[in-house]
Amino acid sequence: MKIMPCPLNGPRNISEFVYGGELTEMPDPDTTSDREWADYVFFSDNTAGVVIEWWMHAASSYWFIAERHTVTDEILRTYDPSERFTQRIDFPMNHSDTVGDRT
Amino acid sequence: MPFSLLKYGLSSDYPVDVDLPAPKELKSSYDVVIIGGGGHGLATAYYLAKYHNITNVAVLEKAYLGGGNTARNTAVIRSNYLTPEGVRFYSESVRMFQSLSNEFDYNIMYSERGQLTLAHTDATVRAFRQRAEVNTHFGGRTEMLDRQQIRELVPSLNMDPGHLPVMAGLWHKDGATARHDAVAWGYAKEAAKRGVEIHQLTEVQDLVIEGGKVRAVKTNRGTIQCGCVVQAVAGHSSILAKKAGFTMPIISYPLQAMVTQPFKPFLDPLVSSSALHCYVQQTSRGEVVFGGGSDPYPLYNTRSTLDLKESLIGAALEMFPFLSQARLMRQWAGTTDMTPDYSPIMGLSPVENYYLDAGWGTWGFKATPICGKTMAELVASGGKTPDLIAPFALERFARFRQVNEMGATAASH
Repeated sequence: MKIMPCPLNGPRNISEFVYGGELTEMPDPDTTSDREWADYVFFSDNTAGVVIEWWMHAASSYWFIAERHTVTDEILRTYDPSERFTQRIDFPMNHSDTVGDRT
Repeated sequence: MPFSLLKYGLSSDYPVDVDLPAPKELKSSYDVVIIGGGGHGLATAYYLAKYHNITNVAVLEKAYLGGGNTARNTAVIRSNYLTPEGVRFYSESVRMFQSLSNEFDYNIMYSERGQLTLAHTDATVRAFRQRAEVNTHFGGRTEMLDRQQIRELVPSLNMDPGHLPVMAGLWHKDGATARHDAVAWGYAKEAAKRGVEIHQLTEVQDLVIEGGKVRAVKTNRGTIQCGCVVQAVAGHSSILAKKAGFTMPIISYPLQAMVTQPFKPFLDPLVSSSALHCYVQQTSRGEVVFGGGSDPYPLYNTRSTLDLKESLIGAALEMFPFLSQARLMRQWAGTTDMTPDYSPIMGLSPVENYYLDAGWGTWGFKATPICGKTMAELVASGGKTPDLIAPFALERFARFRQVNEMGATAASH
């Protein structure tokens, strides 16, 4: 059994967790090109080494960040996202294709 | 000891046949350098020599021939995919497999058994009907079976596993299996016979790219100039592409499989379950192979885990309860390069003269012959993509034109 040290729930069986993908920065939907958007959605560094990823503890729906080595299968560090995200991120809601404009 | 055996043993005429010539020094330059000496790389080399008369070719393999995912798959050959593009491509591959033993004069132990995929929900039954129709239309032999027909086809199958009774089945008559190592060895033997150089223990460390074009390959045995490069390194596609200067829409997950002690023959078709995420087949040696889905998180590591053993064996025993007394003989894993749409990435890359054969996830072995043939065509034509693989271009992601084979791929090899 592999143990994931959850910042909220302590050490738990890794089968209780869901992998949520690499931590990447989303491009601004208003200014990004299709190609950049495709790059963000589909492409991956797929690093053989240390990666920084989103994980979720399924039972408590708690999202956190894990640093992990993809060759040795070691979990190096896990922490609450507030360590990294100190400011609130607001998504602009003035797109013409938002729900309110659908007729 | 019989006198004739002694005489034969001492004769200089023995052994008469050498499949692979002894290793040579690397030349300073080749027309085509193929990175990866698995089934796909070797098949590409073979068809380049056979159909296009291109023999100044080096296949570079960092370890030994067919030791990567060629040796780690579960040797399933089938073409019952969902999209017209997929069915056309894999059907051609199945047809090519059928004549490989004769072509090589070497037994790849091709054995047409048929593949049965079980549906446990109404939704799956509907999806299977669609697959059967698409398949029939594009040249495969696939039909729906009801419970009674399944019972007759596989008497040892438990028709009511847990809360998932079998409702219907997708019966793919073209489903087959073959000795995977022999496929690689057969291609290697025939390619070498035509003048292709196969270099094992030769690892590519870097690529020399000038003016957006690949010029040379740096290996642990020195640098070689090249006209073009074919990358066929299942499981390491992203790492090599990074050396070429671009990223891939790939995430690498381990895929684990296992095999039991041998039994007398009891299971002719390959049987898989869409809901239990498990497939079971009996090899020609009598061993029972269990395979399932990839691991739940990405890794470049082929370790074995107890979690996977438990879940996979649990599912296998739901299907074939009498195997509960079976002893597990081996377990192994391979690294699968999963793409977002469960289709491969073949053809051109952002680097000129650098061709991709990647993103083979869990579906690479069955494509070996057609992959080699179409990649050879691509190389020989100087980069004109054959129609059959045009839908699988890397460029499809930037154009949002994916070829979705998830339903036909996940845990139903």
